[in-house]
Amino acid sequence: MCGIIGVIDKQRELMDGSSIRDALSIMDERGSGEGAGYAAYGVYPDYADLYAIHVFYDNLVEPKTQVEDLLETWGMIEHDEEIPTWEQNGITKIHTPWRYFFRPKTRLMQRSKTPDDEIVKHIVMEVNKSIKGALVFSSGKNIGVFKASGWPEEVADFYRVEKYEGYLWLAHNRYPTNTPGWWGGAHPFNLLNWSVVHNGEITSYGTNRRYIESFGYDCTMYTDTEVVAYLMDLLVRRHGLTQELAVRALAPPFWEEIERMPENEQKFTTALRLTYGSAMMNGPFAIAVASPDSIVGFSDRIKLRPLVIGEHDNRIFISSEEAAIRTIDSAISRIYMPKAGHPIVGRTVT
Amino acid sequence: MIIGSRPTKFQVVVDKNQCMLCGRCVENCSYNVFRMEPEGIITNTRNCVACHRCISQCPRDAISIKERPCDYRSHPVWTAQIKENIFKQAESGKILLGGMGNAGQYPILFDHLVLDACQVTNPSIDPLREPMELRTYIGKKPKQLEFIQTPEEDTSLVTELVPNLKLETPIMIGHMSYGAISLNAHKAMAKAVSEIGTFMGTGEGGLHEALYPYQNNMIVQVASGRFGVDVNYLERGAAIEIKIGQGAKPGIGGHLPGEKVCADVSCTRMIPEGSDAISPAPHHDIYSIEDLKQLVLSLKEATEWKKPVFVKIAAVHNVAAIAAGIARSGADAVVIDGFRGGTGAAPSVFRDHVGIPIEAAVAAVDAKLRKQGIRNEVSIIASGGIRQSADVAKAICLGADAVYIGTAALVAMGCRVCGTCYRGLCSWGIATQRPDLVTRLNPDEAANNVKNLIDAWTLELAELMGAAGINSIESLRGNRDRLRGYMLDQSMLDVLDVNAIGA
Repeated sequence: MCGIIGVIDKQRELMDGSSIRDALSIMDERGSGEGAGYAAYGVYPDYADLYAIHVFYDNLVEPKTQVEDLLETWGMIEHDEEIPTWEQNGITKIHTPWRYFFRPKTRLMQRSKTPDDEIVKHIVMEVNKSIKGALVFSSGKNIGVFKASGWPEEVADFYRVEKYEGYLWLAHNRYPTNTPGWWGGAHPFNLLNWSVVHNGEITSYGTNRRYIESFGYDCTMYTDTEVVAYLMDLLVRRHGLTQELAVRALAPPFWEEIERMPENEQKFTTALRLTYGSAMMNGPFAIAVASPDSIVGFSDRIKLRPLVIGEHDNRIFISSEEAAIRTIDSAISRIYMPKAGHPIVGRTVT
Repeated sequence: MIIGSRPTKFQVVVDKNQCMLCGRCVENCSYNVFRMEPEGIITNTRNCVACHRCISQCPRDAISIKERPCDYRSHPVWTAQIKENIFKQAESGKILLGGMGNAGQYPILFDHLVLDACQVTNPSIDPLREPMELRTYIGKKPKQLEFIQTPEEDTSLVTELVPNLKLETPIMIGHMSYGAISLNAHKAMAKAVSEIGTFMGTGEGGLHEALYPYQNNMIVQVASGRFGVDVNYLERGAAIEIKIGQGAKPGIGGHLPGEKVCADVSCTRMIPEGSDAISPAPHHDIYSIEDLKQLVLSLKEATEWKKPVFVKIAAVHNVAAIAAGIARSGADAVVIDGFRGGTGAAPSVFRDHVGIPIEAAVAAVDAKLRKQGIRNEVSIIASGGIRQSADVAKAICLGADAVYIGTAALVAMGCRVCGTCYRGLCSWGIATQRPDLVTRLNPDEAANNVKNLIDAWTLELAELMGAAGINSIESLRGNRDRLRGYMLDQSMLDVLDVNAIGA
């Protein structure tokens, strides 16, 4: 089960979180009240150049001191505060969400094309692996993830997502089956500017995890979706693939199809499949991945999970259900279901 | 002091009521168990190795063979086997030989690993209705791809892929030399792999002319003896394999007795007829990983960089570090042969006591290569003890790209694993060069049997993958999540990097 909804405004016009809350709530049947979350792009304009690092703390003493020591080692905390929350009946506050606006000292990460990203990635991995009682769940620039265990509307009200304004939203309603329903396991999953929501189960997780870990990413969240964020970071940021090519690596065409391609495309696709065979994902899934200038939706190669795309004016919607899209935009006319494995990309134009 | 005769292993009985005195058993037994006498068929049970050739040829099912236990004074430490070995060595003063794989009483790790299947939360995939991809490419892959992006948004590939072997199933047949086995056995397997779209190894005995039609599906071997190796031989193979060691006898070389070196074998091996073919343990130009690198590169240079070069080693304690060195030597694949790997002949002390199981070796090599970030630099081929399709699936989950089978292919041709290949009397025409025995194996029929076996395993593998919700082999490779350990201790689970059942 699980329900996903995402929307991007190509002109970067801002939308508050109220309609995405309603759209997600309409898919309550796809969840079990054990996890929901929202990712919003463009929500921290005052700190747009800084990394917004969201951390769940079990307590505000030992883990917080350790995280802050680590942040101070690698850069400067320009501002920090508790993420405001409002108690809800259905949500037991297990963690305290905190946010830092952080500027890395790039000279500390030599030999990297993207030293600031590399520092933040290192911090995220280090905290999540080594600091007990702390979990970084969002770490991009001018973006924020807000998630917890609860129903979509409760989580939205807990963070008051209607108070945030973003030009790109992703939201997820969770029905955990394999792993416990806990705050860290709720979607979206995020690393740097990548946020991911996912409906399904990645049966290749064991392979993907071992692959991504050999590139210095540590999987610590006990769930398959985590690897998708890391794989996108590896393939696009570090290896320079476009989002479309990255999706082609993650959900490649069948060999049979490759054999029918024109020679050049065949060579290209074979190379992609051979090189990134261990990154390829199997099992039933519908996934939406957001980055500051795009949203990408794709399903598994035989489409074992639903994925619906809506387009209207400047907005592209990606969801598990048409009803969710119509909740946001009742006037929408272009609604379709993409081919299995085929990426649907919505990009900002500015 | 006379030790005297030891108890016979088998009892061969001919049911006189059933026997019609056709004499087929006499004719078929290459070990001289049967003798036709006026009063009927007489057996010399002592000669029997339980190859079952007589049973298979008897038209009246008149023959039965039983193990014939004879109790020694029981002792938990000084077992019958240990005592008999001492008797034999006290008489001969020689190294004891054994054929086929490890016969020691070690637990089989494959049988302590169980596979996964989907229920409810994700769907199993039905291979009859959905595509199931078992195609596998063996060879080096780049760590990442380089592109050029033009202003028109056209992307073109800069990275050139190096040659890989394309397998339609991740099951290949490992190296067994012409000399150790017969030409008919070779022909049968070569025909089978070329029909299936997979590969087989030549072994270190060179490539007989009769196999040239199948050369695109043959991997030629370069062992320390360099038998049959010249540039023509290298050119003919689809890939080249340097043999450093083999699972049945890590650390020692090979020996084909002169009696087996007939005219044909002598031509193929490029050695004089009747001479012993001795391949020493070390390659005398390889005393370090740097030397190995030179040989790998020389072979690539000799074949104009058109062929993948594999390096085969026996699974030993430090196999992971050795494999990492091999990966850096430029090899395209590392073949790891576990301690259950078969052989024509090995000192039984090696066969039964040296090396480690393939399951642990593959898991350790895969882990080490990933830790060093070079897993894509080299493919892993697992061999030595692959008995069924489930073993193939488990080996792949533990990190292998593909497997070699050996004994299983021989069994498909009739071999009963009697373990006496080194005597050259194989009654099935497989491990022998005696012309009358060799003709017993019909290469076309045997090819069909081998093909059927690999086809059947491939179907089973597809079903196992579908049950686990996986439709391509890439997603099974190294997928430890799809395995659980059953009755394994924690240290073994740690090496295999799998959870216990229920976890």
